[in-house]
Amino acid sequence: MEFLYFGNTGWGDELFFATLMTIAVAVTAIFIGFFLAAIFATFKLSKSKILNFVGNFYTTVFRGVPELLVIYLLFFGGSGAVMYVAKIFGYDGYIEVNAFLTGAISIGIISGAYSTEVFRGAIQSISEGQFEASKVLGLRKKIYYYKIIIPQMLRLALPNISNVWQITLKDTSLISVTGLVEIMRQSYIAAGSTRDPLFFYSFAAVLYLLLTFLSLKLFNKLEKNYSRGF
Amino acid sequence: MKNIFKLFLSSIAALMIMFSNAQSDSIRIGTEGAYPPWNSKDASGNLIGFEVELAKELCAIMKHDCTIVEQDWDGMIPGLIMRKFDAIMAGMSITDERLKTINFSRGYADEVASLGVMKGSSLEGMDTPESINLSKGNSKVLKTLTAALAGKTVGVQTATIHQNFLESGDVGKINIRTYKTQDEVNLDLVAGRIDVALAAAVAFTDYAEKSGKPVVLVGPTFAGGAFGNGVGVGIRKDDTKLLKDFNRAIKTASKKGIISKLAIKHFGFDASM
Amino acid sequence: MELMIESFPRLLNATLLTVELTLLSLFFGIFVGVFFAILRTSKSKILYYLSYYYSYVFRGTPLLVQIFIIYFGLGQVEWIRESFLWLVLKEPYSCAILAFTLNTGAYSSEIFRSAFETINKGVLEAAKGLGLNKINTFFKIKLPIAIKQSLPAYGNEMVLMLKGTSLASTVTLLDLTGVAKHIISTTFKPIEVFIVAGSIYLLMTFIIHNVIKILEKKYNY
Repeated sequence: MEFLYFGNTGWGDELFFATLMTIAVAVTAIFIGFFLAAIFATFKLSKSKILNFVGNFYTTVFRGVPELLVIYLLFFGGSGAVMYVAKIFGYDGYIEVNAFLTGAISIGIISGAYSTEVFRGAIQSISEGQFEASKVLGLRKKIYYYKIIIPQMLRLALPNISNVWQITLKDTSLISVTGLVEIMRQSYIAAGSTRDPLFFYSFAAVLYLLLTFLSLKLFNKLEKNYSRGF
Repeated sequence: MKNIFKLFLSSIAALMIMFSNAQSDSIRIGTEGAYPPWNSKDASGNLIGFEVELAKELCAIMKHDCTIVEQDWDGMIPGLIMRKFDAIMAGMSITDERLKTINFSRGYADEVASLGVMKGSSLEGMDTPESINLSKGNSKVLKTLTAALAGKTVGVQTATIHQNFLESGDVGKINIRTYKTQDEVNLDLVAGRIDVALAAAVAFTDYAEKSGKPVVLVGPTFAGGAFGNGVGVGIRKDDTKLLKDFNRAIKTASKKGIISKLAIKHFGFDASM
Repeated sequence: MELMIESFPRLLNATLLTVELTLLSLFFGIFVGVFFAILRTSKSKILYYLSYYYSYVFRGTPLLVQIFIIYFGLGQVEWIRESFLWLVLKEPYSCAILAFTLNTGAYSSEIFRSAFETINKGVLEAAKGLGLNKINTFFKIKLPIAIKQSLPAYGNEMVLMLKGTSLASTVTLLDLTGVAKHIISTTFKPIEVFIVAGSIYLLMTFIIHNVIKILEKKYNY
């Protein structure tokens, strides 16, 4: 157990901060994903063939290609592209590319592909009648979106969002290959330094279990909240 | 298709730039942190080892601020080129192949490679000279090695001079398994998943000493040829000023005996050049 | 473009390993999944919880952690190295298949369980009325219905497993992702390699979806 002491002799504090990092990356990633999903779900439901294609391309590629491969693309290609774009804007100095952001964006893009499907399904399941009813009632577009469509969407989508969250949370372990010190990376370092991989990888598994368990609880509570009045 | 991805990467890049900060004047030095005794990490996650201490000494001589950046081995040269850091000090040998992409300072330490096995291996007691230099003809020794390694599984860290040598065919066609770090090579050597491994000799002796596992060196030590000419600081080709600074600093440190002192502390012998 | 053509044969060759790993893991995973799904319907509390926690642990942790525990973790334990388990754990190939099988087994057990649960009680009573014994009822009635029920979800699981095999590259195996990464880190041309390797993965995903569609038609009665 002395492996887990806090302070200079053990890995307790390092693993604690690594856990916070995992949560931070996962939360940032899922919101990046929501943002992308809002765009691409609209594309998929649009009447334009081109937008349909773009939407389908996005979800097909990022749900069909291994996460690790996507991460390598962004990790090796991302910083090169940064330099390239910076040069276009006439800046030829050094730019520090934030490892956290690279990781969160990679996972966010993958997470967004799953969220797109969830959003699309939720929007489609709201009956046409509702849209018409709100039009008849003369509700302004904004209000009708915020008061009618979004709450219903959330209620319908929550169980699926919970699934996407679990996928996103677990996917964060893959960005350890890019050097961001989250749970998996920290365990890897600790395992190398102490030569006890079994202990540290098992402990990492426990940390992930704890996170998935707690988030399930949280989502159950949210679901109860949103289903009030139905 | 290619353009779609280019556009896609560029838009991400634009986003990253918005959140990134232009970099200050300090020199950033990339190291792996997983190749003891050259560079590794302690229980607080701090980088330690020969090169970490040497880097601080060199920066003091150059009167520069330095930050040490951690980077996985397989992304080391891409990281330098993409300007994630300005110099590499990661036990990287100066080889002709690498000189095609980056520049090296003068060598600051000698590295000899060796085969490592578990005590009791059939490879122990191989009849070879103590050391060979591949720049000179050594066909007899290589023949002995080829025969000894036939049918064996050899572990090696990816993208290293050691991997290049094994894949060169100098020791025949062997079963090579590549790993992300030397730590993983050591673990699988001890576990018996591989019969023999090739790395810097000190990587094995350091591991044996710290872990208490009976890892021993066999066969000759290798230098020259694919193994390059010592370990130097990797620097981008266009960064000639930094190259000059490092060369001068290494010369000074070497004259003052700083490098010898650090080498003896970390390797147990004087590996300065 | 040149690199894309040049790297294609190497990537295609590595695809063989990816296909092998996927098919073998799915094959073993079905047995593990059905086994634990049956345990879940057991009246014994111990068997029920055994199945419950198995699926909980393997679905609640990343596959990367699982494969690292099995390959690097267990490989360091001396008594395991001296036992028969070492036959499986010695080689990275069998370690990977073991990890993938246990992982997909956990997800499949949930899919099969919910499929078994949806079987109409009336159907089972009718089978009883017809005088079918337990074994016959299971193979002739329950299993076909369960297969049909679980096909769409299982199709998704197959795709997830195909993608999951990319982690074999973290334990020294040179599968499609492993080779792609190797080419990327030596040529520094990620986009080209990504397009080739990605297309191969997408083609395999496409095949899986179509196989499932055909099976769905076959079981649709």
